[in-house]
Amino acid sequence: MAVAIRRRSSAPTAPSYTLEDVRALSEAHNEPDWLRTARESAWELYEDLPMPTLQDEEWRRTDYSRIRWDEADKLVQANGAKADVVPEANREPLVGEAEGGTMIFVDGGLVHYTFSEELKSQGIIFTDLRTAAIEHPELVRENMMMKAVKPTDGKFAALHAAMWTHGVFLHVPRNRAIEQPFHVVMYNTRPGATMGHVLAVIEENAQALMQVEYASASAEQQSVYIGATELLVGEAANFRYVAIQDWNRNTYEFSHQRARVGKNATLDWINGTMGSQLTKAYLEMELDGYGCNARMSAFFFADKDQHFDLDTQQNHNAPLTTSDLLFKGAAKDVARTVWQGMIKSLPQMQKIDGFQACRNLVLSEDARMDGIPGLEIEADDVICSHAATFGTLEEEPIFYLMSRGISRPEAELMVIEGFFDELLDRIPFERVRERLMQSIEAKILS
Amino acid sequence: MGVTLEIQNLHAKVDGEDISILRGVNLTIKQGEVHAMMGPNGSGKSTLANVLMGNPAYEITEGDILLDGESILEMEPDERSRAGLFLAFQYPVAIPGVTVANFLRHAINARMKEQDPESKGISIPAFRKMMMEKMGKLEMDSSFAGRYLNDGFSGGEKKRAEILQMAVLEPAIAILDETDSGLDIDALRIVAEGVAMLKGPNLGTLVITHYQRILNYIKPDHVHIMFGGRVAESGGAELALRLEEQGYDWVREKYGEPVS
Repeated sequence: MAVAIRRRSSAPTAPSYTLEDVRALSEAHNEPDWLRTARESAWELYEDLPMPTLQDEEWRRTDYSRIRWDEADKLVQANGAKADVVPEANREPLVGEAEGGTMIFVDGGLVHYTFSEELKSQGIIFTDLRTAAIEHPELVRENMMMKAVKPTDGKFAALHAAMWTHGVFLHVPRNRAIEQPFHVVMYNTRPGATMGHVLAVIEENAQALMQVEYASASAEQQSVYIGATELLVGEAANFRYVAIQDWNRNTYEFSHQRARVGKNATLDWINGTMGSQLTKAYLEMELDGYGCNARMSAFFFADKDQHFDLDTQQNHNAPLTTSDLLFKGAAKDVARTVWQGMIKSLPQMQKIDGFQACRNLVLSEDARMDGIPGLEIEADDVICSHAATFGTLEEEPIFYLMSRGISRPEAELMVIEGFFDELLDRIPFERVRERLMQSIEAKILS
Repeated sequence: MGVTLEIQNLHAKVDGEDISILRGVNLTIKQGEVHAMMGPNGSGKSTLANVLMGNPAYEITEGDILLDGESILEMEPDERSRAGLFLAFQYPVAIPGVTVANFLRHAINARMKEQDPESKGISIPAFRKMMMEKMGKLEMDSSFAGRYLNDGFSGGEKKRAEILQMAVLEPAIAILDETDSGLDIDALRIVAEGVAMLKGPNLGTLVITHYQRILNYIKPDHVHIMFGGRVAESGGAELALRLEEQGYDWVREKYGEPVS
């Protein structure tokens, strides 16, 4: 007993990385000098920042002290596992037989890569981030962690910038419209730390669609995922982005995800959170260009003792911009979810239209869901509204369905699935919708 | 010999409250018969409909409900439905995210699985054909099948959807709880003709209504007046006409104001 207590008190409260680990990453992949410099300056920043605590406003509802950093911070090394270890459901094409491009990472290593020759010949770049840093240094250097997510965004953003392990780079040059989706899977078979990066640059008047899936095999030991997602949507461009997280129950995710949306551009961003032990994600939209339109839709379902903390921002940085945020989530058992959202605008940003809503379905007495909407609007000619609602499963619709011969468990399932349907309906891939409905069903029945 | 629904000395109240709403209802409905239940507001008509279907918001304190001679008091609403009972709701509940087609297929499959646990359920083409045929008879546009159940439906659409469900589920005994209320003349005609179409030797119907007008389409064999939580008067079609002409004053005079 005494031993256990002593071990606990001496357990590290932060990762044990050193500058040597940062350099070793660069060395192992023979990275160009600019990237080494970028990593090392991010490392300095990381060292200067304190670990977030419950005393920080953004973190006061999320206690991650259960992480055993001495096991979770070990960088995962790819050990030759092939794409076939990834569940079929994650690997199968999103729609039809072919995709614009597919990348499957296992334990941080790229194990499967396809990219349409036709798209390649059009000048589109879809490659893993390490390769991109060597083959397209200017494009990566000017965009990666320079415009959307920055190392200064926080402790974990700085750590990510210093130590990212793998990533994907999508670049669509101006005036290129691509119908076939890009599909990325980041799958881990082994516990430990991975730090994936998603960088999408959609140039002026271009159009594209991408889905990224995160998942891992269950493991006894803990894992951490320190991620960053950057979506740069240029003037009059149109980008649809779907991200679905289904980590194993011993994974802690800390991620910064931010989109910048240019003049008259459209962003349609869908986010799903199903897995992990604990997730703290910043999901932010910067509406930079006059007349742009950005939508963020998210679904989440927490069960057992899962903890999700989703922190959103809709920053209206230009007049006549429209943002629309809809989150729908459920929690059962002793799960805990937090959504805190903010719509911001500066005084001169007139004629903006911002909306945010978070609908919470509380499925057990011991589950707890928080929804904290926020507005900071300094302009006066604006339409901004927000709502957070909380409900339990109502008896009325259940009775109605049962009166048609449907059993109670099935009726409950239908009502809960119906609750999510409106959101899943926004995902442009039927196979993905069906798969997600199945995992929601599994959580309801578990 | 068809199925019989027997309501015997039924007393019921809202769960958790003291006052009885039903105070000894007796009524027998046989397959093939049409009964109309009329009565002023608050007489207990809708409560009777809900209690028959097993709405958990009500508690039965005395009496029994027999379907084909077997008590259904211990049966859950879904079991009652699969046993042949149907309730067309006065206020159908919206179920966002569940389409009419998806819902109906679940309801049919629940019945098929009851008869044969191995059943895989109705095939999608067979289901579509059947549904479209029934929707056509009720003058419903085919796009209706893809809409979320009762979500954003007009009053007329909700009631038509109830009759569609009845047509699809083919109950032995159907209770129509003020299916005619809130409908304009055209909607009433469509709904009432829909019900009239389903009339036949295999369907017993209890039509709960305030108005004589629906009974012009669905000719009742028996008319009852509910008052103070009991069936106060029973008779033929002439009873409905008398109510239409004279209102309920004579009933109140005869039976007095209900006592709590």
